[in-house]
Amino acid sequence: MSQRVIDILISSFPRIFGQGILVTIPLTVISFSLALVVAVICAMIQIADVKGLKQLVRFYIWIIRGTPLLVQLYLVYFGLPDLGIMLPAFPCAVAVFALNEGAYCAETVRASIEAVPKGQMEAGYCVGMSYIQIMRRIVLPQAFRTAFPPLSNSLISMIKDTSLAANITVMEMFMATQRVAGRTYEHLALYSEVALIYLLFCTVITWLQRLGERKLNAMNGGNVIRA
Amino acid sequence: MLEIEGLKKAIDGHQILRGVDLSLEKGDVLAVLGPSGGGKTTLLRCLNYLERADAGTMTFLGQRMDMPSMTRRQSAEYRRHTAFVFQSFNLFSNKTALQNVTEGLIVARKMPKAQALERAMAALERVGLADKRDAYPSQLSGGQQQRVAIARAVAGQPDVIFFDEPTSALDPELIGGVLDVIQALAEDGMTMIVVTHEVHFARNVSTHVLFMDEGVALASAPTRAFFEEQKLERIQSFFRSLDRKDGQI
Ligand SMILES: Nc1ncnc2c1ncn2[C@@H]1O[C@H](COP(=O)(O)OP(=O)(O)OP(=O)(O)O)[C@@H](O)[C@H]1O
Ligand SMILES: [Mg+2]
Repeated sequence: MSQRVIDILISSFPRIFGQGILVTIPLTVISFSLALVVAVICAMIQIADVKGLKQLVRFYIWIIRGTPLLVQLYLVYFGLPDLGIMLPAFPCAVAVFALNEGAYCAETVRASIEAVPKGQMEAGYCVGMSYIQIMRRIVLPQAFRTAFPPLSNSLISMIKDTSLAANITVMEMFMATQRVAGRTYEHLALYSEVALIYLLFCTVITWLQRLGERKLNAMNGGNVIRA
Repeated sequence: MLEIEGLKKAIDGHQILRGVDLSLEKGDVLAVLGPSGGGKTTLLRCLNYLERADAGTMTFLGQRMDMPSMTRRQSAEYRRHTAFVFQSFNLFSNKTALQNVTEGLIVARKMPKAQALERAMAALERVGLADKRDAYPSQLSGGQQQRVAIARAVAGQPDVIFFDEPTSALDPELIGGVLDVIQALAEDGMTMIVVTHEVHFARNVSTHVLFMDEGVALASAPTRAFFEEQKLERIQSFFRSLDRKDGQI
């Protein structure tokens, strides 16, 4: 590797990594948090069998899962202005990522809630607890343990998918790299560099996942064995 | 204390309970026997409003209620006086043995924590599991789980406890321990309805027997009379078939 390439890599690193810390990670964290809210609401609507709303949720999940994420980004950022709805790029990206991931996570959350044996709900009623109390204290904590690995998976996917936001002018880590590469023509070196930074972020998440799982297991009394 | 008249229930168009009457005085232990599919579980579930009856009146502690029209609030109030022990234990998997017992006391009955702990420990002692207080259900044997479930039931100081085949999901060597606990409760004067296939247990512990078959109470009598003066051919043949199965009655 020539000295020039090394110099470019070193001098671009703070710029690229900085956009990762300043944009990619906040974009991921905000979008994913909102996605979880969307997911839990959708899951609860489906489980509580709320008439009308349930069909709406099904429809939403069907649309989101059946269309590409990149197309959704374009629709909202470039398409909605035709209807007079104009959003800045970052909130736009947050909205699309949250709604997109929310649809996938809704299925994860729903399946995890349904995996908690129904008898525990009935036992809760029999000791006088209300639906809300049983959900909050018995069902959701167990569902969360079940949902945790697949949700971590979703988070890892999402942090990489945020690179698509470059297409709608969000100056995140990938776009910052494109800028440097455009100027210097060191594509192989720079895209390798940004790939390594994504890998680093995902490694940290994987490590946090292990830690979280250990903690959740301790709170659920070892690996939860289901009768 | 508890009286049921004309209890009917259909599920998916099948008439499962066809008008069941029963009556229970304080301190009674009513054993419910009968062939599989006879409606025993459905009867208990209706009695605790886990299943909504289609018809029937309940008189409980002097109060008369129309079972199909009970509101959520009314059934919640009624459940404060009852407890249910399930065939499959249904302990809360994310709570320790002790927390399983205190959960209802603290969360549903708003009991101060210290008092709930005290009562829960007394209940665990009663079923011989005080030393397992910090174990999670997954760390307990089936028999131990069922005894914790009984402690959970007892801790609410209910007026009546419903048991649905409390030993059917247990390995044979664990059944005795659970039956002993239920027998001890009976001796302490607890009012109970116990659905069971353990004829020995019904004979020795219950005060009354109700025989359910095809959704009706085919017979209902004090235990001695039920076993010793049984005239109904249907019931005699039921016992003969059990006899053949495990050589005991
Ligand atoms: N949720 C349900 N949906 C459809 N049929 C049901 C349902 N629950 C019970 N049944 C039917 O109702 C009848 C009575 O069931 P129930 O469980 O009350 O009998 P049981 O006397 O408790 O039997 P077992 O001794 O096997 O526990 C059975 O024929 C059963 O198939
Ligand atoms: Mg049954």
